[in-house]
Amino acid sequence: MALIVSPETPLETWLAALDEQMRRSAEFFANRPLVVNLAATLEAEENPQTVLEALEARNLSVVGVEGIDPSLLADTRWAHLQRLSLGRKMTHDGRTDRLIIIPDDPQTPSEAPESRPATASLLIDRPVRSGQSIIFEDGDITIVGSVASGAEVVAGGSIHIYGALRGRAIAGLKTGAVARIFCQKLQAELVSVDGFYCVPEDWDDKLQGHPAQICLDQGALKVLALD
Amino acid sequence: MSKVVVVTSGKGGVGKTTSSASLGAALAQAGQNVVVVDFDVGLRNLDLVMGAERRVVFDLVNVVQGDAKLAQALIRDKRIDTLSLLPASQTRDKDALTEEGVGRIIEELREKFDWIICDSPAGIEKGAMLAMRFADLAVVITNPEVSSVRDSDRIIGMLDAKTLRSENGEKFEKHLLLTRYNTARAARGEMLKVDDVLEILAIPLLGIVPESADILNASNLGCPITLHDPASPAARAYTEAARRLLGEKIDIVEPTEARGFFNRLLGRKAAVA
Repeated sequence: MALIVSPETPLETWLAALDEQMRRSAEFFANRPLVVNLAATLEAEENPQTVLEALEARNLSVVGVEGIDPSLLADTRWAHLQRLSLGRKMTHDGRTDRLIIIPDDPQTPSEAPESRPATASLLIDRPVRSGQSIIFEDGDITIVGSVASGAEVVAGGSIHIYGALRGRAIAGLKTGAVARIFCQKLQAELVSVDGFYCVPEDWDDKLQGHPAQICLDQGALKVLALD
Repeated sequence: MSKVVVVTSGKGGVGKTTSSASLGAALAQAGQNVVVVDFDVGLRNLDLVMGAERRVVFDLVNVVQGDAKLAQALIRDKRIDTLSLLPASQTRDKDALTEEGVGRIIEELREKFDWIICDSPAGIEKGAMLAMRFADLAVVITNPEVSSVRDSDRIIGMLDAKTLRSENGEKFEKHLLLTRYNTARAARGEMLKVDDVLEILAIPLLGIVPESADILNASNLGCPITLHDPASPAARAYTEAARRLLGEKIDIVEPTEARGFFNRLLGRKAAVA
């Protein structure tokens, strides 16, 4: 998209403002084709060539002019602009042009990292309803209540459920193989520690409905009764 | 102080419209000014169940879009004059409703009625969301079977998140109305027991409505069961539920299979609440 600029007199002031904008938005102007509206320049009886030279000096690529009769530039080194204007459909009827605010370059991200909380543990004291997703990657999650079928709990550390686990529990995103899952009533749909997972088919039926803990033992996921 | 009640469930076909009409009628019979609002745009049923299907001129969508005034759309019940109906449109769909428009209507209804019962459509999409958005409390309709319970759990989660009251940090009252309870099937283990449902959903129980052929008869006749046959077990359950909503403390008795002397003689079973 070409940028249409309309230089105004006094030219120095306009160029100074352009320099300031270019400083703030270097990325925007890099390789940006320019179309120069010279109507105001002509009216002020300034030489259009001065304007074009000033823009060229700033490494801006001018691809067309408007607002003046292109033949005015015929004998100058800007004659090619005339040809460009005619060849490309450079005329604009005002309908597809937009007035834009030139964006500033994006700020570089700040260096200081956010300070981590001292104890990373999430406590939820109400049931986790179906369809809800509790994700806490910074540590353990403790739930005083049940986790419904169709809900999921994802923790960086261990998961402690003082209630029934009927949904999914995924532990150990951060702490890895040492994470465990505890619940008072095992009716889970899926359990996982450190990427290893299993579904109810994989554990003993006798454990269903009873207090259980799930842990990793030498690379194998174990579902054990919690007495 | 008017109360906006949303009757919702998540699952379809569990008894929201029936319960909206029956609870509404029961509250009106108890002397309250009640309006039942059908939020199921495009699949309206509340007007059928209330027996007003031949008197619908303007509907909720007309009022939201400003084509009609609220007073023009409200249909007064012929049997109790403190009961009114605001029907839904059948030709439009839920996209015709806007939150701002619905909010306006609810505010206007609050000025005229003690109880505004919003009959929610099934699902968790815009229609259901709008029905619950402005509510003060919810009656969650659940059948004692697994898919209904899971869907109800989902809708309870949404009630705690998506209503204006919850967003403002206020506690949102939810009540469970167990419908289509079949005692025999529960005893045989084919349906969930009341305790099982309560353990999963963890919200207070408003009432247990037994499965009843009277409900279908009443809806065919276009008359809420509490008006059509107040002595039937289902109607009694709804009447008690309405009284509990009004603050009365009535013990909930699980419907049992009681065989009266004559029934035993004649070998017939009856489910009595």
